[in-house]
Amino acid sequence: MSDSLLLLSLVALPFLGALAASLLATHARNAAAYLAGGVALAGLALVWTAYPTISQGGVLRAEFAWVPQLGLNFVLRMDGLAWLFAGMVTGIGALVVVYARYYMSTEDPVPRFFAFLLAFMGAMCGLVLSGNLIQLAFFWEMTSLFSFLLIGYWHHTQAARDGARIALTVTATGGLCLFAGLLLIGHIVGSHDLDVVLASGDAIRNHPLYLPALVLVLLGALTKSAQFPFHFWLPHAMAAPTPVSAYLHSATLVKVGLFLMVRLWPVMAGTDAWFWIVGTAGLITLLVGAYVAIFQHDLKGLLAYSTISHLGLITLLLGLNSHLALVAAIFHILNHATFKASLFMAAGIIDHESGTRDIRRLSGLNRTMPFTGRLALVAAAAMAGVPLLNGFISKEMFFEEALSADGLLVLPLVAMLASAFSVTYSLRFIHGTFFGPDPQDLPRQPHEPPAWMRFPVEILVLGCIFVGVLPAATVGPFLDLAARSVLGEATPYYSLAVWHGVNLPLVMSMIALGGGVVLYMALQKHLRSGIEGPPLIRRLEGRRIFERALVFLSWRLARRLEGVLGTRRLQQQLRMVLLLALAAGGFAAWHRGVGPGNLVPQGVDPVIALVWVVGAACALGAAWQAKFHRFAAIMLLGGAGLVVCITFVWFSAPDLALTQLLVEVVTTVLLVLGLRWLPKRMDKPGATGVEVVTISRRLRDLAIAIAAGLGMAALAFAVMTRTPPDLLAQHFLARAYTEGGGTNVVNVILVDFRAFDTLGEIFVLGAVALTVFALLRRFRPAPESVEVPEQQRDQSARDAERPDRRDGDTVADWLLVPSVLTRLLFPVICILAVHLLLRGHDQPGGGFAAGLVASIAIILQYMIGGAAWTEEKLRVLPLRWMGTGLLLAGGVGLASLFFGMPFLTTYFAYADLPWIGRVPTASALLFDIGVFALVVGATVLMLIALAHQSVRGHRAERRAETAPRALVPGED
Amino acid sequence: MELVVAIGIGVLTGSGVWLLLRPRTFQVIMGLSLLSYAVNLFIFSTGGLRTGAAPVLEPGGVGDLTTHADPLPQALVLTAIVISFATTALFLVVLLAARGLTGTDHVDGREQDR
Repeated sequence: MSDSLLLLSLVALPFLGALAASLLATHARNAAAYLAGGVALAGLALVWTAYPTISQGGVLRAEFAWVPQLGLNFVLRMDGLAWLFAGMVTGIGALVVVYARYYMSTEDPVPRFFAFLLAFMGAMCGLVLSGNLIQLAFFWEMTSLFSFLLIGYWHHTQAARDGARIALTVTATGGLCLFAGLLLIGHIVGSHDLDVVLASGDAIRNHPLYLPALVLVLLGALTKSAQFPFHFWLPHAMAAPTPVSAYLHSATLVKVGLFLMVRLWPVMAGTDAWFWIVGTAGLITLLVGAYVAIFQHDLKGLLAYSTISHLGLITLLLGLNSHLALVAAIFHILNHATFKASLFMAAGIIDHESGTRDIRRLSGLNRTMPFTGRLALVAAAAMAGVPLLNGFISKEMFFEEALSADGLLVLPLVAMLASAFSVTYSLRFIHGTFFGPDPQDLPRQPHEPPAWMRFPVEILVLGCIFVGVLPAATVGPFLDLAARSVLGEATPYYSLAVWHGVNLPLVMSMIALGGGVVLYMALQKHLRSGIEGPPLIRRLEGRRIFERALVFLSWRLARRLEGVLGTRRLQQQLRMVLLLALAAGGFAAWHRGVGPGNLVPQGVDPVIALVWVVGAACALGAAWQAKFHRFAAIMLLGGAGLVVCITFVWFSAPDLALTQLLVEVVTTVLLVLGLRWLPKRMDKPGATGVEVVTISRRLRDLAIAIAAGLGMAALAFAVMTRTPPDLLAQHFLARAYTEGGGTNVVNVILVDFRAFDTLGEIFVLGAVALTVFALLRRFRPAPESVEVPEQQRDQSARDAERPDRRDGDTVADWLLVPSVLTRLLFPVICILAVHLLLRGHDQPGGGFAAGLVASIAIILQYMIGGAAWTEEKLRVLPLRWMGTGLLLAGGVGLASLFFGMPFLTTYFAYADLPWIGRVPTASALLFDIGVFALVVGATVLMLIALAHQSVRGHRAERRAETAPRALVPGED
Repeated sequence: MELVVAIGIGVLTGSGVWLLLRPRTFQVIMGLSLLSYAVNLFIFSTGGLRTGAAPVLEPGGVGDLTTHADPLPQALVLTAIVISFATTALFLVVLLAARGLTGTDHVDGREQDR
């Protein structure tokens, strides 16, 4: 099996298994367990397959291109350390699966559990095998995420949700810091490849950015490994199902931080900063964790704090900057995983079979569960560091290192004290649960668990004993591989043996064992009293501080910042945006300087000057009147639009002028249709004086407006007096006819050169039309606007007075001449539209203009004849027009694919037709017809939908009169 | 000539910005329309103000910037005109719906409380 395949399947298999497990039926407990167990065992087999290479000191490596542009590869890499961890992850994973099969209740959705567990396993494998810093950070966050899901598996309980949330917040925040730290390291080294990084230890340690990088990386590692002051998440994570605790808090999640510290040990350690940060965190955690663990009444809580304490021990070893201490650390990682996993499982069995984990209620279980009792006894003894068990050997190594650390007497003393504490809590675990009188009123009658549930514990406990008795023969080679992969040639000589003669560490061990027993006996009275929390530091609750910090950050601080910096008022937001734009423009002008242009301005033509006097008056008038005289404002806006239109004509842009004129018509109709639904606002001069606040606000807005106007005028003048940049114009002008087959360059750009943009634009137009239509379908006018307008009421009243007249006759009489004219003009306008469409490629016109003309023809009929009359005579189906247009335009684009050309390539030829003459037949014309159809459809749809509201308004009112409660039905 | 159009653009912008900052939705729509005139003219003017330049090629001919108008800003502005119509329509309908829903035509959906 090739290296790449092996490594890739080791990472991918668990994820694939997770996917498969998630597809199983909710109660397919056995299938999911078999699947998960199979995957874990397959992973273990893969790890074992790699052993021959690893044992030769080789490194397996697989590289896959990831972002080659950035020099990033997806690298999987397995050396001795990664091998050891991968073995631990898959091996203990397999045991946890077996255990979980019997632990999980049939009522739980077990496949989901195994899916999370497998995904977590995959993330762990990916993490330990990462050969790239960024990839490492990715898998790191992935472990945080899946541990969140696992801890919160029983999400119906508040404790599980809280525990999962706290764990995720702490570890994922640490993960972000780690990511920043790893990026810094990548910046220092110039590569994110782990091999390159590991080879540049001196460069990293001597770089000015070393300290920030170290602090960030350690923030990640220490949060993940639950080191003081971030330790508080771990006890709350005990709300997880026990198999999760056994897996996450013995062999995997919390060991990840230690793994990272070991991994980066050769390049980051060896400095004073490392010693003080890592060593102090480890020391405090070791002592506080062990102390608090003594006073826990929950079995899992006790184990949680003891885990924290042991993690602190390992961290302290790593912080000592000594090669031997590193070997001891790796060894203890292994030992702790073994005995802690078995202890968690034992606690789970006790909980499962007796119904409680409270040490105060448990007692004398040795009689009902003798076998489990023996197993737990051995594992707890290993945890306490009793000779002939694995915990003893690594603890001896720890004592030796503590003694040899430079002249710090505090270290051996603390080590001994913490060790005594660990004896005390191990004793409490065993003595409190299995010895003493028979238990009273337990929720369940305790009995031995199924044999297979006990099986993983047996395996692990056997491991503790074998390693404890014959360390060099069992775990020796593996430990050596892992240590060598980190330290290389610098690996020191060490001896794994149970008996080193009578030396100081052994004396310390004996003192700790004796002291622990004495302490347990002395504390009996206090422990029996059942007081919650440890004495002296009861008030120092990490979680409370964490919750307060979160409340402050996410609520109080956020609210205060929002109050100071934010606003929900649109006017203020717009004001900010405008001021920012002004500032940006001002800064650019100040920074780069604005000199006079290179072109001499042309002389002022009095006609255009006069036109613009009108235009400016219209614009100012519209601004003045928009509040109280909306109709006048619309007219003035139209006037300004016409001036713009004239300007386009004047300066050689007939296409623009045409489109502007047509859009002006349609916009005006649209706005006038909307007027009916706006509230009446009467200008009563002198009725109430304007407040000072309002005046000052208006003055401020006026200043902004004047500044914006002056700025834009100056900018426009500066642009116009410079030679325009020769960007693409020349290119388009040269090729419009020869390659696009049209003389109207603007149109050729729209339907040929930049047809993709136009396609996007008509889709936008279509989307807007549909949105307008959808919004209006459920339109509810304000109550005071529902009433029929005054003018209509007058007309109807007049019609009603005379018996010979019908309703609506007055308006028909008044509009007689316009109606005759518009009906006569309808075919003429339609022909004009077709004309504009067909000639668009060569002469001003085109699909947009033609579409607008056609829609104006239709709208005119609506305006003059009314909706009912028009729809009797002329049924326009705007949605069909739009659909046809989009299909045609898109289809023309796709058709070019059939000829092996890129999307939207056009074809053109000139055909000689009888009677008509030479006619351009470009496929772009078809595209333009699509544009035309869409513009007709979209415009008509919007205007008609708006016009129909008046009809609906009447109906709503009539219904309201007859049946006040009836709802207004939607209009089709 | 340039000065006239530049002042025109300035006046359109100023009026538009003033209306943009008003509290009534209708005023904001008018402001946006005026602003879009100004912006369209500005984009158009980046090609230079040319009177009497041919906007259309001779059949079979190749165009040149010395004799022909710059077609690129024109093509940009043409689409911009149509799009600004679409946005005006959309804003108008949102305005109407908001007024129906909230009972006020204030931009914040409720009358300002002082």
